[in-house]
Amino acid sequence: MAVRPIGAEIELTTPAAGIRRDSLGATLVRFVRKKPLGAAGGVLMVIMLLTGVLADVLQTHDPIATDAAATLARPGDEHRLGTDHLGRDIYSRIVHGARVSLIVGIGSTLLGSVLGGIIGLLSGYAGGKTDLVAQRLLDILQGLPLLVLALVMSASLGPSIQNVIIAISIPIVPRAARVIRASVLSIREMQYVEAARALGLRHLRIAFRHVLPNTMGPFIVLCTAQLGAAILVEAALSFLGLGVPEPYPSWGRMLSVSAAEYAQKAPHLVLFPGLAISLAVFGSNLFGDALRDTLDPRLRGA
Amino acid sequence: MKTYIAQRLAIALLTLVGMSIVIFALLRLAPGDIVDVLFSAAGYVNPGEKKAILQELGLDKPYWQQYMDWVRQILVGDLGKSYRYDLPAWQIIKPLVPVTVELAILSTIVAVVLGVPTGVVSAVRQDSALDYVLRVVSLAGLSMPSFWLGMVIILSLVSWLGWIPPLTYVRPTENLWLHTVQFMLPALAVGYRSSALIMRITRSAMLEVLREDYIRTARAKGQGTGAVVWRHALKNAVLPVVTVVGIEFAFLIGGLVVTETVFNLPGVARFLVEAILWRDYPVVQNLVMFIAIVVILSNLVVDLLYGVLDPRVRYA
Repeated sequence: MAVRPIGAEIELTTPAAGIRRDSLGATLVRFVRKKPLGAAGGVLMVIMLLTGVLADVLQTHDPIATDAAATLARPGDEHRLGTDHLGRDIYSRIVHGARVSLIVGIGSTLLGSVLGGIIGLLSGYAGGKTDLVAQRLLDILQGLPLLVLALVMSASLGPSIQNVIIAISIPIVPRAARVIRASVLSIREMQYVEAARALGLRHLRIAFRHVLPNTMGPFIVLCTAQLGAAILVEAALSFLGLGVPEPYPSWGRMLSVSAAEYAQKAPHLVLFPGLAISLAVFGSNLFGDALRDTLDPRLRGA
Repeated sequence: MKTYIAQRLAIALLTLVGMSIVIFALLRLAPGDIVDVLFSAAGYVNPGEKKAILQELGLDKPYWQQYMDWVRQILVGDLGKSYRYDLPAWQIIKPLVPVTVELAILSTIVAVVLGVPTGVVSAVRQDSALDYVLRVVSLAGLSMPSFWLGMVIILSLVSWLGWIPPLTYVRPTENLWLHTVQFMLPALAVGYRSSALIMRITRSAMLEVLREDYIRTARAKGQGTGAVVWRHALKNAVLPVVTVVGIEFAFLIGGLVVTETVFNLPGVARFLVEAILWRDYPVVQNLVMFIAIVVILSNLVVDLLYGVLDPRVRYA
C-alpha cells in the first residue's frame, strides 16, 4: 500500500455526510419558487443565449443582404419585423445581433472580471503597501465614467470585435478588483487560512487554492451584474459608430443615425432593436439580483 | 478635519496626475493622427506638407515632451489649441459647459425626485404587490439604454401629439419655455435610469433602518406612520443615498455622451465624441481631464457632506 499523507483518510471517510445536498433539480425548483422574478430573468437569458447560438437557423433572410425593392417595409408576412432603409430584414438582424451582443458582453465581462479578480485577490491577500498602491491605481481607472473610458479606448484601438471587448473590459477591472478584494480581506483572517500558513504552504498557493474558491459567490454575482452593463456599453459604442464594425449586425448600430433619420416614417426601425437590448439587459439584471440575494445576502441592494 | 481634507486633496491630486498619464497614453495608442484625418478626403498628402503640419502642431516631438508640454499648459490654464478648428480649445469648450451642467443637474433632480420616494414606499410596503411593481419598473429603467428611451420619447411625442421637439438648441434667453422642455426630455431619459439606482439604495437603506429599535420606540410612543417613516427613518437612511447620488452625478456625464447626441444638444459630452472621431488630441485630453476633475470633486464633496449630515462621522 502506498504511503498516504496524514489526514487523507479523514478526508475520504467524511464526505460531508451530515450536510444535506439537494439535487440540481430541487435547487432550481426552490429558486423558481422563492425568486420568481429572478427565474423570469433566467428564462430571458436562456432565450437570448439560444437565439445567439441558433441565429443561423432562426433567421428568415440573410441579415446582411440589401434589397432595394423592399426598403423600410412595414412588419408583415414577408418581413416579420420589417426592413431598414437598405431593405435588410430587421428580424434576422436582431437574431444575429444577439450573437454579437453575447460575444461582446460575455467576452468583456469575463476578461475584465478575471483580470480584476486576480488583481483584487493578490492585492487583498498581500495587504500593506502593495494593496495601497493597487487601490490608488484602480482609483485612477474608476475615476472615469465607464462609457467615457470605453469610448476613448475603442477609438484608440480601432474598430474590431476584439478591440471592443478589450475596451469594455478595462472599466470592469477596477470594479471586479474591489469586490474580490473586499471578500478576500475577510477570508484572509479566517482560521483555515492561518492553518494553511502554519502548514508552511506558499502564499501564492494559499491565495489561489484556498482563498480564491471562497470568493466565487461574489464573483458570479459580479459577472451577472456586469454582463448587463457591458451589453449596454456595447450598444452605446456601436450607436456612436465606435463599436462593432460592419458587417456584423449590432443592436446598437441598428439604432444609429440612419434609424433616427427614418424613425418617423418607420418607427419599427427604432422600436425593435431597442426592445431587444432592453429585454436582454433586463433579463440579466433580474437574474443577477436574485442570484445576489441567494448567494451573497450582504450585498443586497448595493 | 483640516488634516483630513489636506489628505484627501493630496490623494485627489495624485489620482489626477495618474489619470492624465492614462489619458495621454490611451490617445497615443490610436492609429493615425489628425493630419491623416484632415487629409483623408484629399486622398494624397505631400510628405513635406505633412511634416510641416506635424511640426506646427508639436506632434513631431517625443511623447514625453508632448506630455510635459500638455501638463505645463494645463498648469497655466492654457488648454491648448484645437487642431480641427484652429482655435484655442478653451474657447470651444467654454460655451458647452453650461449645457452639460444644466442637463446633469436636471437629470439628478429627476433621479432624486423619482428615486427617493419610490424607494421609501417600496421599503415600507416590502414584498407587497406595490413593492414588486416599483422594483420591476426601476429595474426596467436600469435596463433600457437611455439614448433609446430618448428616441422613443421623441417618437411618441411626434406620433401621438404631433409635436416635434426643437431639433436645434434653443437658448434660455430666446424662449425659456421651449428651452426648459428641450432639456427636460433628455433629463427624463437619463434621470429615469439614475433613479433606479437611487431607488434601490434608498429601499435597502430604509429596510435596514426600519428594523432599528428607535423606530419601534417611536411607533410605540404612538407617532403616526408618516412621521416615523419620513422624519425618523429617512433621516438615518440618507447617508448611503447621498453617496449614490454623488457617484451618479459624476457618472451621468457618461450617459450624457449619447443622450446629447440623440437630442442634438451642444454639450461637452457630444463634443467629446466628435473630438474623439477627429483625433483632436488637445480637445479630447482636456475634456476627459475635465470629466475626471468633476468626478473627483464630487467624490470629495460627498465625503465631506457625511460630516454635515451625520455628526457621528468623525474625520480621522
